[in-house]
Amino acid sequence: MAVPGNRFSPTAQRVIGALPFLWLGLFFLLPFAIVLKISMADALIAVPPYTEFLARTADGIKLQATLDNYQFLYTDELYALAFLNSLKVAAVSTLLCLLIGYPLAWGVARAEARTRNLLLLLIVLPSWTSFLIRVYAWMGILGNNGVLNQLLLGLGIVDSPLTLLRTDIAVYIGIVYTYLPFMVLPLYANLAKLDQRLLEAAADLGANPWRCFWLVTLPLSRIGILAGCLLVFIPATGEFVIPELLGGADTLMIGKLLWQEFFNNRDWPLASAVAIVLLALLLAPIAVYYRAQAPGSAAVAVTAMRGRRDGGA
Amino acid sequence: MMRRWVGRLPLLAGLAFLYLPMLVLVVYSFNESRLVTVWAGFSTKWYGELLRDRQILDGIWLSLRVAVLAATAATVLGTLAGLTLARFGAFRGRSVFGVMIAAPLVMPEVITGLSLLLLFVAMGQLFGWPAQRGTLTIWIAHVTFCTAYATVVIAARLGELDTAIEEAAMDLGATPARVFFAITLPVIAPALISAWLLAFTLSLDDLVITSFVTGPGASTLPIVVFSSVRLGVSPKINALATLMILAVFAGTLAAWWWAGRFGRGSRGRPRGSVE
Repeated sequence: MAVPGNRFSPTAQRVIGALPFLWLGLFFLLPFAIVLKISMADALIAVPPYTEFLARTADGIKLQATLDNYQFLYTDELYALAFLNSLKVAAVSTLLCLLIGYPLAWGVARAEARTRNLLLLLIVLPSWTSFLIRVYAWMGILGNNGVLNQLLLGLGIVDSPLTLLRTDIAVYIGIVYTYLPFMVLPLYANLAKLDQRLLEAAADLGANPWRCFWLVTLPLSRIGILAGCLLVFIPATGEFVIPELLGGADTLMIGKLLWQEFFNNRDWPLASAVAIVLLALLLAPIAVYYRAQAPGSAAVAVTAMRGRRDGGA
Repeated sequence: MMRRWVGRLPLLAGLAFLYLPMLVLVVYSFNESRLVTVWAGFSTKWYGELLRDRQILDGIWLSLRVAVLAATAATVLGTLAGLTLARFGAFRGRSVFGVMIAAPLVMPEVITGLSLLLLFVAMGQLFGWPAQRGTLTIWIAHVTFCTAYATVVIAARLGELDTAIEEAAMDLGATPARVFFAITLPVIAPALISAWLLAFTLSLDDLVITSFVTGPGASTLPIVVFSSVRLGVSPKINALATLMILAVFAGTLAAWWWAGRFGRGSRGRPRGSVE
């Protein structure tokens, strides 16, 4: 029954598995039930700022659950627009990441074995510094007085500074910049394993390089494409820091709205309802991601991050 | 050859895209002017200001403490979880387990942060613990998401491991615990180090989840930096960024060099015996 190499007794196996299982169950899974519960409460000016689920009244215990928050999300079009815009921003950024990341991953996978690990390291290295700092870097570049505008003005390409910071363009740049490694790694892991003989066979049979790519490389790398896209798309949909720092006041992103409901308006029940709807929207992509990573593409991606083992060998 | 250059172009362009913004960050940390993006001469005064900023220094200290403790706990939990996933075959609840490991890797942080905070509040009401949010709740939150990453790294290594040595030890009469500590653990040590380092950097870097679960007085470095950059660019933050970039690059270079030496030294035998 057990995989060879291990002969822990069933009891020992249970004890070993119990600790992480209980930890994640308590601190990752259970909280979703509480979010669901509080999303059906009313906001109060109190500590904590929401009504109790079960209230003690004169005639006993009364259930106080309401769908008002969901109805509010449905009727106030601000939220619908924010959800739609988040999905749009995430989808476009994912596509841009794929367009930039694919040639990059292909270039690394095709590099000589000696330089391959170094290139991989160079791609991951920036993401080990700090996410916040990497977003911040673009504030200095895209501002009206920023490096990019000074460069464009200096070269005479534009006459007046372009408004880039606090626009949706800045949000796209920020997401692509910070999430690019998450696209490249699964793609690389996938492309490195690609059997070169298939490409040689296609070429021998008269296919030009473009046809080889289109008919052999691309279809064979679709698991990597799927994993990379989902690794970018899912977190980008709920992104808060990037729209907050690079986007404008009118950049509607659901993560930002959730944050504002929670921290600025102290409306915990509404913030919970936003979280539940966002989770419901992302459930399908998360399920696809979970299935896609079954053979271990996420695992390969994370281990590839350490540049240890190149799947091609 | 022309083809060769065309093939390398996306790589070079991609690397330039990744590194130029960081270069700009570093260059302008040495700018005399308060206006970060207008060059007014070379100066290191912002580094001095940085070292006198109590809030930032306190933030660094708190972040480092939390990251070390969170990474350590996450590596332990990740080893147990990795063993369970990679070695114990099918068991009831395996799919739930798998989801709990995979989902935190992609879950938007605002959801994770909000849900953990609501859990802490509910627990506080029910059991009176945690009475207050602060370093402890930050640590619990970090251990939770770091465990998922650590598990993925460790399970991957355990999955590709040649189990023949373990089998041999078993046949020679070693107990499962003995085999684990004497053979499995040393063999997966590099993966444990990788997992620890990954968890450490993730914990050090987290802003969103920490913002939800923190309490009065517990401001980690990302929280301090975020409240500062929200108001606009500041050369002090550029100086901080430069030091962080320097630390990561130096650390990676050292690890690269060490892994190269270590890898060459130990690789010969096992490889030779297999091939």
